[in-house]
Amino acid sequence: MILAALMTCSLAAFAADGDPPASLYHLQAKLIDQAGVAHGLDVYRGHPVLVTMFYGSCQATCPMIIDTLRVTERALTPAQRAELRVLMISFDPRRDTPAALHAIAGERRIDGARWTLAHADEATVRNVAALLNLQYRRLPSGEFSHSTVISLLSARGEIEASTAALGHADPALLAALRD
Amino acid sequence: MKIRWHVALVAAGLAVAAGAAAATRAPVPAGSIATILPPAPGVKVANVAAFSMDRVPVSNGDYARFVAAHPEWRRDRAPRVFADGGYLQHWASATSPAPGTAQQPVTRVSWFAASAYCEAQGARLPRWYEWERVSAADRTRADARSDPAWRQRILDWYARPAGGPLPDVGRGEPNYFGIRDVHGLVWEWVEDLGSMMVSGDNREQGDPDLKKFCGSGALSLEQKDNYAMLMRIATLSSMQASYTSTTMGFRCAK
Repeated sequence: MILAALMTCSLAAFAADGDPPASLYHLQAKLIDQAGVAHGLDVYRGHPVLVTMFYGSCQATCPMIIDTLRVTERALTPAQRAELRVLMISFDPRRDTPAALHAIAGERRIDGARWTLAHADEATVRNVAALLNLQYRRLPSGEFSHSTVISLLSARGEIEASTAALGHADPALLAALRD
Repeated sequence: MKIRWHVALVAAGLAVAAGAAAATRAPVPAGSIATILPPAPGVKVANVAAFSMDRVPVSNGDYARFVAAHPEWRRDRAPRVFADGGYLQHWASATSPAPGTAQQPVTRVSWFAASAYCEAQGARLPRWYEWERVSAADRTRADARSDPAWRQRILDWYARPAGGPLPDVGRGEPNYFGIRDVHGLVWEWVEDLGSMMVSGDNREQGDPDLKKFCGSGALSLEQKDNYAMLMRIATLSSMQASYTSTTMGFRCAK
């Protein structure tokens, strides 16, 4: 029990490896993907990654987040697209179990080879949201109110660009992706 | 007689042990607070489960012991993603506060650093509604906020010119819960920093004009005449989790 608590997202200790000072990969996060496999935040280390947060039962904004990520991908060349990865982390550990995320991935025809929908514990959610400067709040109804941020991470986990734009590919994000 | 002495010694020992625990954190019973940040549209009261909170803010000396045990949080080792360039810059060295400041509240610590400190104590940062509940108290009342004299006393602190050394922790008088320095010393981090500026109404989230929700929290604030609390929210919401400030400290809760 104590060990399990220690193994969740921890700030008291983090890897002092060679990542740059601004790398989000310093965070020891615990994610579980839609296939039930555990990862750190660096699940796609070595690739450019579009990372964002969402929750599965959201009716309005979250389908738009997926659409926005797709529009952004489509604006790239096939070679750039093949290199890109997408990481969507859920705010909602209670309802967005790996099984629930698996169902969403099926419904939305998510490409599991390049996209990860991730379940995270409460502490990981809080820390990742803080790193992305993303605001969220669980409402008494169980829904979430949240801001939308899509960030582009470098191969080593540094934020290279961020956007709050929904429904279209942000030109600044695309410029950073094509770099 | 001998046996009675023994019992008395055990009792004294227990009292000392209880006193040591009581010295660090004060229990706060479950309760509700008419909150300045409505949890949802039309809901003006937040329910707060029982918790305990450090009686005084974390001091430089406390934080130096943490850094000694967790050297990855030294100012020359903590990655910038967790703490900006101002992190502990007022200390004499990477491991020691300036002479004479051990009892002053630690400042220039980021939300990530403060969270890590509390985690290392088996605790966490207080949540906003917990903090709001504790901060509503004066010496004799759990909720003194309707008293204009109490409000004025807090506002007088904000009006005082900044600068000069910070007073030591624990100089303020204990409030109703036995917690000191809630007002008048430093601003304090809260665990749910990332919720401060989000509207309680998720119907607003599709509105493109609100974008990153800037200002939407402020639009739905209650008690608009409670300037002291509004200032605290404004201060917290201006901070990102890696930021540090000469006036932002923290304490832990459990």
